[in-house]
Amino acid sequence: MLVLQGIVDGILAGALYALMGAGLTLVFGVMEVINFAQGIIVVLGAYFTYTFASHLGVDPFVTLLLTIPIMFTLGYAVYMLLLRPIKRDRVIMSLLVMYATAVVIEGVLDLIFGGTLVEVNASYGTGSVHLGALDFPNVYLLAFGLSAVLLAALFWILYHTKFGRSLRATTQNLTAAKLVGINVDHVSALTLGIGVGLGAAGGMLFGMTTPFNAASSYDLISRLLVIVILGGFGSVWGAGVAAILMLVIEDVVAVVWSPVWGQTVFYLVLALVLMFRPQGLFGRRIARAQ
Amino acid sequence: MKRTHLIGRFLSTGRRRRGAALATAVAVAAMAAPALGAGTAAARPVKRDALHGTVTIGASVSLSGDFSATGKTTEQGYQAFQTWANQHGGILGHKVVFKFLSDGSSPTQVTTDYQKLITVTHVNFLVGPYSTLLTKPASVVANRYHMALLEGIGGGPSVFEAGLHNVFDVSASAIYQGISFAKWVAKVYKPQPVAYAAITTPFNEPIVTGIKKYLDSKGFTTAVFKVYPLETADFSPIASAIAATHAKIVAIGSQPPDGEGLIKDFVSSGYNPTALFEVSGPDQGTGFVKAVGKQNTTGVMWPNTWYPGANEGAVNAEMEKILEKEIHVKSVSLLSANMAEAFSAAQVLREAVDHVKTLTNAKLMAYLHSAKAKFTSVQGPVCFKPTGQNACARPFVFQWQHGKQLQVLPATAPGSSKVMNPKPKWGKSRY
Repeated sequence: MLVLQGIVDGILAGALYALMGAGLTLVFGVMEVINFAQGIIVVLGAYFTYTFASHLGVDPFVTLLLTIPIMFTLGYAVYMLLLRPIKRDRVIMSLLVMYATAVVIEGVLDLIFGGTLVEVNASYGTGSVHLGALDFPNVYLLAFGLSAVLLAALFWILYHTKFGRSLRATTQNLTAAKLVGINVDHVSALTLGIGVGLGAAGGMLFGMTTPFNAASSYDLISRLLVIVILGGFGSVWGAGVAAILMLVIEDVVAVVWSPVWGQTVFYLVLALVLMFRPQGLFGRRIARAQ
Repeated sequence: MKRTHLIGRFLSTGRRRRGAALATAVAVAAMAAPALGAGTAAARPVKRDALHGTVTIGASVSLSGDFSATGKTTEQGYQAFQTWANQHGGILGHKVVFKFLSDGSSPTQVTTDYQKLITVTHVNFLVGPYSTLLTKPASVVANRYHMALLEGIGGGPSVFEAGLHNVFDVSASAIYQGISFAKWVAKVYKPQPVAYAAITTPFNEPIVTGIKKYLDSKGFTTAVFKVYPLETADFSPIASAIAATHAKIVAIGSQPPDGEGLIKDFVSSGYNPTALFEVSGPDQGTGFVKAVGKQNTTGVMWPNTWYPGANEGAVNAEMEKILEKEIHVKSVSLLSANMAEAFSAAQVLREAVDHVKTLTNAKLMAYLHSAKAKFTSVQGPVCFKPTGQNACARPFVFQWQHGKQLQVLPATAPGSSKVMNPKPKWGKSRY
């Protein structure tokens, strides 16, 4: 039964990480930009939710109506002001720019909120649904539900809108996309906006499940990068599968054996996968086909 | 189309190589800044003979990384001491000035920081960083330069096993911290399975191991013992494994944020132990209340040598006032114990220096090791074993009761309130 509980915990938490990782992999797929700031963006989203929820008395889920547009605008602005001007050595330069952006955001958050750990609390966030001997914590069920809805919305945008076609065309071939008249800069800016917006939603859920401060971003970004590498850079679907796989492996090993070995076993699986599929589970070729 | 953006202009003109180099340098500098500890004070050369009537005390504090929450409260404790000391004549009549560097919670950086404080900033004295993990390398550097290191938040066994004679812990060392709780459990509960978990740090794990060893000797058994790494972010599997045992007694070698995270998971799953002991997390005052919700604090216990409002004399009251005024905590009861631990280290340093009447570290260390060196800090009595542990420390256990942090163990100690046992169910406490 403990193994089943570990699987349940892993799937529920994995969906949350899938949401946080979706923005990272989407941005790489379109722009080949490794958004090193995704961890601090998630934490920024969590702080926005915390601020609105605790000072305005707004329900954490309702705060998304504010935080997603704010964070989308931030992402759009970061692309236009910091990434668009980079014309050479784009991958390395954009990595440095996004790292610097992360450091600046972390510094600002530290100045405003200090290092004290905070958490987003909601009355319905406590308690759990019991099915037999299995516990389904309310907050993780809500996180799973919202992740599923937002990722479904993302797929709908990708496959059923003109913008989605432009985005996928840009992912497949940047030069060809330009040649057929797609405003690649606009598509890229919108993509970073969406990625950061997804980070805001992930941040709200992260804040509801984990006490956090600005420094929480370091553990987050390392985990998100691993998820995206396993799933295959650029593949939203891959990020989802990898996130759930990672958390299930870690949680099952943690409950039946030891949390110390949870991450070790996962990294062993990661190494084995990359030996046979260096591009990750759903790597670039499949991502291009999406 | 005319390019107006600065970076774009650099990259698209004949100066682009220089521009790229500049931009890279800026970005690399931004990346390197926290790692290099460009923290709260610039480290500039200050020669001892140019002190102009000030006594400088150096400390590395964790303002980013895993210990950023507790690192900040450590810095605030030292800052409170600086204010207090200067209100009371400084040290040997000199104004006290703290020099802080930030270590990013990194043992490597803390080594660099103390090296810099000694050889570049030329501080007169050193006090410790946050955690055993960082105190150990700090003590090695200080020892290399024959400087004393007084600390209050690095009491894990490994600090004292190194055989150094320059480290002095003013708080209760790790091996003593859980003993009062273990003795109480053995007295109040019949032998039964106990659930343990601990983070793999050199301070937290030994405390829980010590509790387990004591309870094992009294006939208690181990329901589960989960050890987890520092970087653990998802606490639900650990909470699930503990909850599955239905153990009434739980002892966790936690530190923020896992102490809070595990409680949140216990609350969600409806698992209600009757005795819950966490090494750190509950001691974080307002931070703990914000993280777990005030309705879930009551009954949680933790070890320490200080609590807000402790009856430790006028200095404690003055320290609390300074902290309240400087960091704007709504209530003294929400202050963090780290602040008092840091304050104590500097307070003992001041008492000792005022006694030896010199800024020489060798004489200071000789005095601290002597049998006549006995001090009273805001945490209570202090005297040192040859290893540097505080032989006079009182290992108290505290408990949240209806929004207040109360000293509850040892039950016979002056100022102890009655232990709330069993702990009320989550969300059911009056506040």
